[in-house]
This record gives sequence, C-alpha cells and structure tokens, in this order.
Amino acid sequence: MVAANTLYQEVILDHNRKPRNYGTLEHASHHAEGHNPLCGDRIVVSLQLDGERIGNLAFEGESCAICKASASMMTVNVKGKSRAEAKALIQEFRDMATGKLDADGLRHIGRLAVFAGVRDLPTRVKCAILPWHTLHAALDSVASTSTEADDDPMHTSIGDA
Amino acid sequence: MTAGRTALKSLSTPAFSLERVRADFPILKLEIGGKPLVYFDNAASSQMPQPVIDRLVRYQTTQHANVNRGVHFLSETATAAYEEARGKVQRFINAREDRELVFTSGTTDAINLVTHGYGRKFIGPGDEIILTTLEHHSNIVPWQMLAEDKGAKLRVAPINDAGELLVDEYEKLFNAHTKFVAVTHVSNALGTINPVKRMIAFAHARDVPVLVDGAQAVPHMAVDVQDLDCDFYAFSGHKLCGPTGIGVLYGKAAVLERMAPFKGGGDMILSVTFEKTTYNTIPHKFEAGTPPIAAAIGLGAAVDYILAIGMDAIAAHECDLLEYATAQMNRLSGVRIVGTAAQKAAVLSFMIDGVHPHDVGTLLNQEGIAVRTGHHCAQPVMRHFRVPATSRASFAFYNGMAEVDALIAGIRTVQKVFA
Repeated sequence: MVAANTLYQEVILDHNRKPRNYGTLEHASHHAEGHNPLCGDRIVVSLQLDGERIGNLAFEGESCAICKASASMMTVNVKGKSRAEAKALIQEFRDMATGKLDADGLRHIGRLAVFAGVRDLPTRVKCAILPWHTLHAALDSVASTSTEADDDPMHTSIGDA
Repeated sequence: MTAGRTALKSLSTPAFSLERVRADFPILKLEIGGKPLVYFDNAASSQMPQPVIDRLVRYQTTQHANVNRGVHFLSETATAAYEEARGKVQRFINAREDRELVFTSGTTDAINLVTHGYGRKFIGPGDEIILTTLEHHSNIVPWQMLAEDKGAKLRVAPINDAGELLVDEYEKLFNAHTKFVAVTHVSNALGTINPVKRMIAFAHARDVPVLVDGAQAVPHMAVDVQDLDCDFYAFSGHKLCGPTGIGVLYGKAAVLERMAPFKGGGDMILSVTFEKTTYNTIPHKFEAGTPPIAAAIGLGAAVDYILAIGMDAIAAHECDLLEYATAQMNRLSGVRIVGTAAQKAAVLSFMIDGVHPHDVGTLLNQEGIAVRTGHHCAQPVMRHFRVPATSRASFAFYNGMAEVDALIAGIRTVQKVFA
C-alpha cells in the first residue's frame, strides 16, 4: 500500500493552496466543463488557441486537493504547447495515473510525476485525471464532459469512488 | 436512543464487555499500513463476528441444497434452516407472522419490490407520494421511476439546519391525492432519527400506507413493527453483522396479499400453464428463483448474535460513543459537524475547513482509519447543507473510545498536512 503522504507532497499542497492560472479567460476560443459525479468535483478549463498553439489557459472549479493541484500543474505544463503536444501529454499523464506506464516509460511528464502515487489509490485516480480529461474535451470543443461518460475517449473504468 | 438507555438496567441483558465483543470480530485485528484498523464505516457495511462466519461454514459444509424443492435430506435441512432464519427475523422486529417477512437481496431490492408490487398496482396518474429530504437514493429513485411511469408526483418533506425533519411541513403535504409515504427511520448521511411512529399515525388517519426504510435503524435500536404500525419495513443484512446479498421486506400480511408479484420465476408459483399461472402464497409469491439461502441463514445467526448482546446494551454503548465523539470533535477548531439533530443514531458527518472530504478520507486511511467520504447516496441532503460531500464516521457497538481518540488525532494530522 502506498503511503498517502507520498501523494500529498509539498508541491501538490502548494498548488492546492495557490493554484496557478486560476480563473476564466476573457476571450477563450475553447472551453469545457468536467464533472466527476461520484465525488462532486467540477472543473472548467478555458483556453485561447493561437493557430495550433495554446496561447493561454485557465481553470476554475471546486474540487479536492489532488484535482486542483493536478489542474494547476497541468496549466503550467501545457501553456505554449501545440495541440498535438498537449494531447500527447494528456495521454501520458493518464497512462501514468492508471498505472499503464511506469517511470521508465515517461518521456514528457517531468514534475507531474508527483501524481504517480494515485495509481495505488484507485478511488483517487479520477480526481487526478479530471482536469486532463476536461482539457482534452476543450481542445476538441466538447462543451461538457464527465468521468462517467461511456463514449468519452478519455473514459477509464477504474471503479466507483 | 434514550428509551434504550433506561431499559439498560433490565436484568435480561448481560453486562456489555467491549473487549469480549471485539474478540468476536476477526477483521478488527487487522493492521492497515502498519496501523491498527479503526473501522468507522459501519453505516456502509458492518463487520461479521465469528459465530456468523461459523454458521455460514456449517451451512456450506453440512447443510447445503436448494430449498423448497427436493424430498431428500439436504433439501429438507436447508429449507428448515432457511425458514428458521425467517422466524428469527420475525421475532427480531416483532412481526405478527413469519409470512410477513420476504427475503430480498437488500433494502434497495425490498423498496423496488414495493414500488413494483404495490406502486404499479395502486398508484396512478395525479397521485402523490410523500418522501423526505433525508432519504437515501434507494428510497428516492424507485419512487421517481414509478412516478414517471404512472404520471404520479413526488412531494418532499423538508429538514431544518440541524438535519431534523420538519414534521409540520410533512403533515401539510397531505391532500386528497396522497397515496403513499416512504420515509427513512434513520438518515444514513446525518444519523437523524425520524419520529416515524407519529408520522405513520398521521398518514394512517388519512388511509395512506407507509414504508419505512430501516437500513440504518435496525443495527442501532430495537424495532417493533407492530408498535410502529408501518405497512412496510425494509432493511439489509450486511449492515447488521450479516452477509451481503440478503435483505428483508416486512409487509403487513393483508397488504402483501393484495400486491402483484415483482419478479416471475420458479418458487413463486402454485401452478403454471402457458395460459395461466397461479401465484404462490406470501411470502413465497415474492421470492422467485433460488433465494440467497446461505445469506439468509447467516442473517438469522447475526440476529441471534445481536440479541445475545442485547439491543439495549448496544444502543447505550453507541449513545456513549456518539456523545464522546461529538464532544471531542466540537473541541477541534476548524471542524464542523453536519447534522446535529436532538435524536441521532451513531453517525458523525463532518467537514474540515479548507480540506475536501476525499483528501480527508485518503489521509485518515493512512492512519488506519476507515471513514466514508462522498455524498453518501443522499445528494438532496448534501444540497441542503450546500456541501458537495462530507466525511462520515459511523459507529458500531464494537467500536471503542480509544478509536474515537484515534479519529480525533487523525483529524489533527489532516489539519497539519493542510496547514
């Protein structure tokens, strides 16, 4: 069993206390709302796509610390990236969180590796993934998404929270 | 719970020994991540004592066969044990006759049996069904499905900020269209004990039948269905130290007899031709297919176990636990108890300022403490208190004050992590 304090590291607690890029964008070209009906977490991601590049993005919502820190660190990591790069990172984050990818297989993840511990806490995996799930929906201009949507490409069957 | 405390002095119940009770539960010896297990998720499911485990083993090793079928020895033994369990449950809630007890897969199944067997037959367009804000989703959704199907309407009795039902408002909901009341005895999310006897009397004065969801009540207090005079009473085995997959629907014989069957199949019939089927008598009319035989016998053993400890002793010990835990939690700054009804069962829902309940649950788990975090399948209650979720510690008679101390220390640890 993983000790939860390997998950609640200072970097996660810091992003929870002082979330970066928190709020809404005035002139967002894309946005989506993500919802985890199992725990009530709700995240809105809005972004400004300049051509194929994410010029600016922001998030807001109500959620647990894992979800909020994940969202905050996500915004820091994908700002300035191309749509394709962002999608590759989304995929890698998801694979890391669900345990499909171990540390050796991570190529883009960098400091986001602090979330690797959620793989041992099945009921918390969705908390970490929700912002990424929502970013994916925003990039595809899907207005709202849910961790429980069957037809969602990001859907993972990890068990109920 | 106060009634239980006065009755504690009765000589019929032996002195309560926490140490002796805990020794009966093998799972309580577990360590979680190197810390002794503190199991405070009893409202979700309680643990099983050795005598119940032993009974299941004895059944499977020496008594198992299908019931109500064969003339051979094992089938007769299994049938007798299954029906004996029904009798135990009958005495446990003081039903008049054993045929008033239908074995179901759980409380949810029992309520669905009523919405189908009674609701679909007797509730129609424009009729009204009264529920309360305190209901578990399992006592909302089946009624909602029935109402949608039949063009009936749900009316909801509100609560105050202590989490107590506003009985006056409940009474105002009655009118000529009211056809049914479904109310929880004890709120799973808050612990509030509803004044169901008074509510039932009010409904009966207007010829309205009442179903009581007793899933959270039977583990904590003596329930007498004749005294309550409810038409239906539903509960689950696994919250009562029994197995999962078994529940009970009590229904007054006259009401059960008027109802349509819920599920069709073997065992629930007297004769079948392709033109017509004659249904079996109650309760068998509602027990289609092979029932959860082992689980029912296990529930019978669980009832025996609980009665041997004594419902009054259990209620008194849990009352002490709740009082102690409430006082300790009230001394913590930055912690708020959600649900402060005057009449409460042993449930403490709480919020820690600035910390989401899911983070609380994960960090308490690190201390070996099992609490439930989330909406507790009671989203209308969460909405009333304007929270997405709470953390919930729910106690059983095998919990002790030392475990409450561990919870309080665990909450301080959570606060330190998030300081």
